[in-house]
Amino acid sequence: MAQTYQAKIYVTLRPSVLDPAGTAVQSGLTHMGYDNVERVRIGKYIELSLTANSADAAAQQLDRICDQLLANPVIENYRFELEELAAV
Amino acid sequence: MKFGIVVFPGSNCDRDVAYVTRDLLQQPTRMVWHEDSDLSDIDIVVVPGGFSYGDYLRCGAIAQFSPAMRSVHEHAQQGKPVMGICNGFQVLTEMKLLPGALVRNRDLHFICDRVSLRVEQADSIFTQQYTKGQTISLPIAHGEGSYYADADTLASLEDRQQILFRYCDPQGSVSPQSNPNGSLENIAGICNRGGNVLGMMPHPERASDPLLGSTDGLTLFESVLKTALALV
Repeated sequence: MAQTYQAKIYVTLRPSVLDPAGTAVQSGLTHMGYDNVERVRIGKYIELSLTANSADAAAQQLDRICDQLLANPVIENYRFELEELAAV
Repeated sequence: MKFGIVVFPGSNCDRDVAYVTRDLLQQPTRMVWHEDSDLSDIDIVVVPGGFSYGDYLRCGAIAQFSPAMRSVHEHAQQGKPVMGICNGFQVLTEMKLLPGALVRNRDLHFICDRVSLRVEQADSIFTQQYTKGQTISLPIAHGEGSYYADADTLASLEDRQQILFRYCDPQGSVSPQSNPNGSLENIAGICNRGGNVLGMMPHPERASDPLLGSTDGLTLFESVLKTALALV
């Protein structure tokens, strides 16, 4: 039976890709006095819900969605969390 | 030769390209709306600059799935010329017609400037009217134009002579100082392995009419036109 799942997707730049925005934020934090902060990296957070027959099926579909659109594998990594939503 | 210029919501260099192909080069030119999938009458496709679909998610990410771009993919697979300029370059990398990706400029600024470029290859269909090693000057206008690819891809691009343009100083010297946006290896423009798909961040269409002070960009359009005419 189809279930509804909530997905929380985290897209991050691959470590080899420079993140000038993260560097700028780190510089701002340093200017504010937080000089103990390092390695600021900025990513994306995406929420969506989807229906699938199982958590496995939902995860497989999410992998395809992330590879095809939500993340660009050339420059980004992704991971996601899936949670089954209670039937309304 | 008929040029087709793909127009997305958010494209803004489409009519500049049409002015070059239709008015300066006197070639039939059709604006191809992104929902139009029929490119059968088109010889040379141009994917122009702008902010397709608002550049939401990543530059060019949404545009790659439009009906027009699916047909552009087929057009490219058939070996026919495809030129991606600025946002068009981003779209072509997103859809894997070209390797690598364009990421945020090193210094975060949106750069609107005129830069020097060294022509790295003059046997490509897109550059054959230039001479190898020639220094030209073209405008750039982008916030996400820093070319990135992994080391293997960069080596392969070099080996297969797919790097067509590099950022340089006015004397033609390629150095970190002449790199406006942090592109790896100062890469400003590349082609695919087949040599029929071009991607470049600089805007040749903005340096084509003598009234604007330079025709360095017109040479690129003349190159691809001459090749296409020779194939008929």
